[in-house]
Formats: sequence, structure tokens, C-alpha cells
Amino acid sequence: MIKLINIELYKIFKKWRTYIGFIAIAILIPMIEFAISFEGTRSLNFVTREIQQTFIFVGNLLNTYFVSYLILNSLAIHIPFLITLVAGDLLAGEATAGTYRILITRPISRFEIVTSKFIAGMIYTFLLILWLAVISLGLGYFLFGTGELIVLKSGSIIVLAKNDIFWRFLLAYGFALLSMGVVASLAFLFSSLVENAIGPIITTMAIIIIFLIISAINIDIFQSIKPYLFTSYMNTWSSFFDNPIDTTEIIKSVSILAAHIIVFFGFTLFIFRQKDILT
Amino acid sequence: MEQNKIIEIKNLSKQFKDVKAVDDLNLNVYKGDVFGFLGPNGAGKSTTIRMLLSLISPDNGEIKIFDKSLKENRIEILSKIGAIVEKPDFYGYLSAYKNLEILGKISGREISSKKIMEVLELVSLEKRYKSKVKTFSHGMKQRLGIAQALIHDPELIILDEPTTGLDPQGMKEIRDLIIYLSKEKNKTIFLSSHILYEVELVANRMIIINKGSAKVEGRVEDLLNANKLRVAVEVDNSEKVKMLLSTTRWNENLETVANNKMIFNLPQNEVAELNKYLVENGILVNALIPTRSLEDYFLTITQKASG
Repeated sequence: MIKLINIELYKIFKKWRTYIGFIAIAILIPMIEFAISFEGTRSLNFVTREIQQTFIFVGNLLNTYFVSYLILNSLAIHIPFLITLVAGDLLAGEATAGTYRILITRPISRFEIVTSKFIAGMIYTFLLILWLAVISLGLGYFLFGTGELIVLKSGSIIVLAKNDIFWRFLLAYGFALLSMGVVASLAFLFSSLVENAIGPIITTMAIIIIFLIISAINIDIFQSIKPYLFTSYMNTWSSFFDNPIDTTEIIKSVSILAAHIIVFFGFTLFIFRQKDILT
Repeated sequence: MEQNKIIEIKNLSKQFKDVKAVDDLNLNVYKGDVFGFLGPNGAGKSTTIRMLLSLISPDNGEIKIFDKSLKENRIEILSKIGAIVEKPDFYGYLSAYKNLEILGKISGREISSKKIMEVLELVSLEKRYKSKVKTFSHGMKQRLGIAQALIHDPELIILDEPTTGLDPQGMKEIRDLIIYLSKEKNKTIFLSSHILYEVELVANRMIIINKGSAKVEGRVEDLLNANKLRVAVEVDNSEKVKMLLSTTRWNENLETVANNKMIFNLPQNEVAELNKYLVENGILVNALIPTRSLEDYFLTITQKASG
């Protein structure tokens, strides 16, 4: 299996599309951070405008944690798109290229093929999130340094001490990895159904956008179905910046997202094992 | 003693929606055979090959390869098979060498760099081993297809239309390679082809299928001799030949005569005999041109089958 995973990773990283995500993050995050740096405290004032009359802020509040928190908050759509570019191509790409035939006629089981591709896709997702974390926190550190983190939540303001933040970011990025794992496994499932990678990419993104819109619109019927949409749990990463942390909420979200990954992978495996290879 | 069966197909069937692609097919391939698998387009050849390689599942029937059920021993069986299925497709963004290295790694055997280069040399691609496959012509991809089928030194080689799209020289090279693999390397070869002349040249046994079921199966030689060959014999003096043959058994085999070109219908093994008789009687034979190929035989069979 390790041999197969290595081969799949080699194939992934030999494709140009794989680097689109890394390049996009390497361009986008510095752009945002340099822009915030250029704006100076104006961006911080904008975020805290509603509470400035009540509180007096002292210290280096425009720091790498504040900037990375803002970035993580605003990439709910963009990162999934970068994930689907690769995950949607994992099986469908073989069908498009006609290479299913040379792969499946080798002495390896279909379970091994699907599992090795899935794990390779998850490793790619992990590396992309790691890249996001390194660029976001690393560049932010050089531009802004560290300091306390102000988190504004509906009706409350949370100030986290400098030495109480980094571990929260590690867990938040870990949670983001789980969320993106759901996106990757959904794109992977669609990838097993079709013979062109465009379909899984568009379908996965359409589902995410529709679910996010349903979640955002405050209509009773939409709110009643919100608990059944996996996108409703993808923002739970921000719970790691609560004080105290609501572990029940986090465990619930982690369980639901993990269950989605297992179900999507299970369906993919079932479909692929039954599939007649006609390409 | 019965020969070793390498492939045994019993009552194999596969249906796609309303189309019965393979219908109760039975065939046997024995060790050392170059087995020709013939049929018109849509006869069910590729579907059968895909079932042999577990790319698709049969609806009914049984496939045994190396005397073991394919369904229950898929991985063990596939480790001893090399195959080309329809057009040769590879990872275009990787080199020929890297493609073979990857496919070798998942073939259940340790494949050395030396072995990869040897196989590339066998198909005359050793000088392009570093080139990305997307830069290859169709013929080069076809040759690389053969290389990937041979990389793990399989006992059985399944070739589905291996000369499609090749020029005459390329087709001859593939035929020579098939003969070499059969004679020198003792491989069993299952060759599907619509180029019937090709099968005639390389196969020792064959089957003809149409609408998914077998029409005839047997030794190529026996099947061909069972039908007469149509040969044009070009001589210096056809009138003299007519007189010479008037009292021989070949007189009734003579079909037409025009401009010193005489058309005979006779068993294949009598062509040389007729030629010898003419030469020994002072007739100058300029050419012996078979005008009936396996194709005629094939058409007779398939037309008969379709009523």
C-alpha cells in the first residue's frame, strides 16, 4: 500500500494543476498581509470599530495571530476550490487519460487503488493546509510580530494572551484539515462517477456554495435543514478561540465531519468496485 | 494427454442495456498458442478481453486462467498476464521510462532499471526513454504498450488490436515481435485483430466470433484448408497450360482465364504442388497471387452466421 501511495503522490506532484493551490496561497496571503501592513492600524480599527468607544486597546494588537485569524475566516470558499482541483481529478483523471486500463489490469485490488488515491489526496490536502498555516503565520510573524489576539464573537469580545494562542491555531488548522478532508472526499466520490475531472470540481463547488447560501439565509425552512449540511460544521474551527472552549460543540462537529469522510469514501469504494471500466 | 489450458472460457455472457455484447461464449487457449481472436467490429472481442482482465464483470459464465478461477484468484492471475487493451494510453506527463517503472512496481515483481531498458530496446524506444509520452506518435505509444505488457515477464500476453494505426513497417515489426515472443520466449499469446491477414501470418489457432458468440474455433491451418483458396496464377502461355491441365485433377479447379492470368480455386496445400507441376512441364510461372485471404473465409463465416 505504501508503494501505491508513493506512486499516487508522485503522479499528483508531477501535474501542473497540483501547484495551482500552492501558488495561489503563496500569492494571495502575502497580498493580504502586505495590504494590512500598508493600511496599518486602520484595518484593526475597522474590525473593532463598534467597541472602540467602550474599550481602550493597548499593546501590539495588529499581529500575526490577528491577521491569520482574519485570513482563516475569509477562505471558506477559496481553499475548497483548490482542494477539488486535485481531488476531483484523482479517479476521473485516470478515466480521461485512459489509464484505468493499465492500472486495473495490474495485480492490485480495486480497494488498494481507491484507498491509495484517497490517502494521497488527503496528504495533498494536509500539505495545502500546512502551506497556508506556514505562509499565513510565518509571513505575519515577520511583518507584524506576535501579540494578544482579539476575537469578536456575536455579543462578546475575547482577548487571548500571547502565550495562549499558538496551540489554538494548531488545533484550528487541524480542524480546517478535517473540513477540507470532507471537501476532498466529496470531490473524490464524484470523481469515481464520471470520466472527466471538470464534473467533480464543478459539482463539489456547487454543493458547497448552495449549502453555504442555505445556511446564511435566515428563513425557517433553511434553518431547519442547516444541521444536516456538512458546511454548517466547517466553521467550528473558530470555537478553538473561545474561552473557555466548548469541547462538546467541537467533538460533535469533528464526529459529523469524520462521519462524512467515512461515508463518502465508503460510497466511492462501493462504486469503484462495481464499476465496469469501459474507457 | 490433454494440453495445458491457459485460458478456459465457459458460457460467458455480458449484456449492456439492450445489447448482448457476449453471448454464451466458449473458448480454450492452450500453452504456447498464438491464438487469433477474430470478429467484425462490435462482435464482442473487446468486451471479452475486458472480462478476461477483470475490467468488467461477466453477467454469466466462468473464466479460468492458468486453471484457476479469475473471480477468486484475480491478483495471482493478473501477475502472470501482460496486456494491451484497445488504444495505448499512458501518463503523458511522465517519461516512457517512468511509466514503465511505475507499472513495473505495481506488477508484483521487482523490476530493475536494466530490465526496463531491455524492454524499451525490444520495442526500439531505448533512445526516447527520457521523453514524455505526450510527445510520442501513435506508433511509438503502441510499441510502449507492448513494452508495458512485457515489463513483468508475463506467461500470457493479451493483445487487443496491437497494430491499429501503425504503418506497414510498424505492423510487420509487431508481427515479428509476436513470433519472437512465441517461438523464442515461449509465451502464450491471445491476439485480437481485425487485420485478418495478420492473424493468418502469426496465429496457430483461432476463433471467429460474431454477435458475441463463437462461429468456428480450431487450428488456423485446418480451418483454412477446409476451404479452398482462390489463387491467380500468371503464366507465359495460358492456352498451353489449359491443355496441359485438361487431363489432370486441377482442370476442375480452374475458374477463369484472362490474359495469361488463370484463377484457380483449390486447397491451400495444393498451390505449391500445382506450381511444381507447371514448372516441371516447362511452363514459366511469373506469379502466384492469393486472391482469397482469411478475410474471405471470415466473411463467409460471419455472413452465414447473420443469415
